[in-house]
Amino acid sequence: MINTVFQLTQPKVFSVEHRDLFYERQVLVRPFYMSLCHADQRYYQGLRKSEVMKRKLPMALVHECCGTVVYDTTGTYQKGSLVVPIPNVPTAHPDYIYENYAEGSSFRSSGRDGFMQEFIAMPSERLVVASNIPPQLLAITEFISIAIHAATRFLKNAHPQREKLAVWGDGSLGYITSLVLRYVMPHAHIVVIGHHSEKLAHFSFVDEVYLSEDIPFSLKIDHAFECTGGNGCSEAINSIIKYLRPQGCCMLMGVSETEVSINTRDVLEKGINFIGCSRSGREDFQNALKLMSESDKQKYLDSIIYEDAPVRSISDIHHVFATDTIVPFKTVFNWQI
Amino acid sequence: MIFGAILAGGTGTRMNISSLPKQFLPLGSKPVIIHTLEKFLTSGCFDHVYLGIHPKWTPYMTDLLDKNQLNFPQVHITDGGIDRNRTIQNIISAIETDWGSCEEHILVTHDAVRPFVSFRVIQENVAAAQQYGACDTVISATDTIVASEDGKMIQSIPKRNYMYQGQTPQSFNMNLLKKLYLQLSHEELESLTDACKICVLQHIPVYLVRGEVSNIKLTTIEDYKIAQAMLEEKNCD
Repeated sequence: MINTVFQLTQPKVFSVEHRDLFYERQVLVRPFYMSLCHADQRYYQGLRKSEVMKRKLPMALVHECCGTVVYDTTGTYQKGSLVVPIPNVPTAHPDYIYENYAEGSSFRSSGRDGFMQEFIAMPSERLVVASNIPPQLLAITEFISIAIHAATRFLKNAHPQREKLAVWGDGSLGYITSLVLRYVMPHAHIVVIGHHSEKLAHFSFVDEVYLSEDIPFSLKIDHAFECTGGNGCSEAINSIIKYLRPQGCCMLMGVSETEVSINTRDVLEKGINFIGCSRSGREDFQNALKLMSESDKQKYLDSIIYEDAPVRSISDIHHVFATDTIVPFKTVFNWQI
Repeated sequence: MIFGAILAGGTGTRMNISSLPKQFLPLGSKPVIIHTLEKFLTSGCFDHVYLGIHPKWTPYMTDLLDKNQLNFPQVHITDGGIDRNRTIQNIISAIETDWGSCEEHILVTHDAVRPFVSFRVIQENVAAAQQYGACDTVISATDTIVASEDGKMIQSIPKRNYMYQGQTPQSFNMNLLKKLYLQLSHEELESLTDACKICVLQHIPVYLVRGEVSNIKLTTIEDYKIAQAMLEEKNCD
């Protein structure tokens, strides 16, 4: 079948490619709702380093979506099933390595085409089935699975004193991470540190919120989650180092384009553990769906989603990327091309 | 019910590169008509898809369905007629034989040799035919249209903003189309080669669905070369 792929060729320029799509031993999925990630926006705006742009483009963007099974040559899924594709394409890896860190693995919309296509062909094991969850929410499953992955690694690695946790970052990642922590540790005392009071106002389910310039000097936290990324990374990590109790764990989740300078003297003195987290695997997707099946969690998630107009043309694609720069949290849209 | 009608009644070999009718020529990994059929099937819009095939080529089409593992119960081969209208009429007859007549039946007719048709265009055709009774797929004219009856001198140059180029699918409430066909004389049936024109002449409103420039019709060797170039990219996900 001839498939249409919408590739970013240079910042803010898309080309329409027609491909002979082979779907033997694959599941053919029609993307339904998509969501934009900062990574997509960085490619679209040309904010990645020029050598990275040259190496990765042309490429179809978007790795967060849900879709409908239209044809399954593997016999695993029923036609019409609502599914979420897993963008990670892992290679063989030892059991002690998570699939998202496997050497040689690749990722949709980072090095290979993402989901901005008419149809996507996926191996059956790279899909998870969803039910009773609105498609607008399902579109951000991948994003939630990242926080689930970080929480899973935290539970495996952090020392057992987990009374007071803090999340640095009041954006989408900070919000989802805080919500996941509330889900996996209902009784933990959760503090969120951010730069924007209007965004912090959304975090109704945590115990305390502070603007970064107003953090009480007396604050002491057992463990921290860094969800800022970008230029704010250095300030956030050094702040975490300052407020962490000895041998606390700092989960690094924000992506920075530049190298980050941190106060290693205090890291050594306090014996702080840093754990880098990126992307997620199948199990994280399944756990994300469990969280999303709870009606109160759906309401919290819904509050950070802005549904833009359906995308039916290239100019609509430009429109959603523009919208995404002004909405405070996540932009989702119905893919109708 | 919603029916797809893929029109491949001709045996035209105008491309002079093969004795195969153009709808059976290979494009990428598959024959042109298989790409078109796959797009119809994967759209999920249709209860059944009918292929109107020249009677000489129906065994060949059956083999193609087998080889491409598309011999599903929802795919039917019907004898094509001597022209486009007769092929559509044959398909309508086959549908009524198989499923009976119904006011709600929708028929989405499409050239087999337009394999680049998009999911959106198919979906919007179905919706428009359900809402308006008839629709045509068009793209805005980019070249200036010049009208001349003698082919020597310009008669008029219509305002380009109002000009569109017709593509397919063309979609209809099936009963409406059948009634319109019955009102035509034998001569009119032969001369009116466009089903939407039949509607317009009988004052039936026809909605416009936005087509795609890429939804090209493979008629000449140049079209075929363009289609092959469009698919040249080898890196398939």
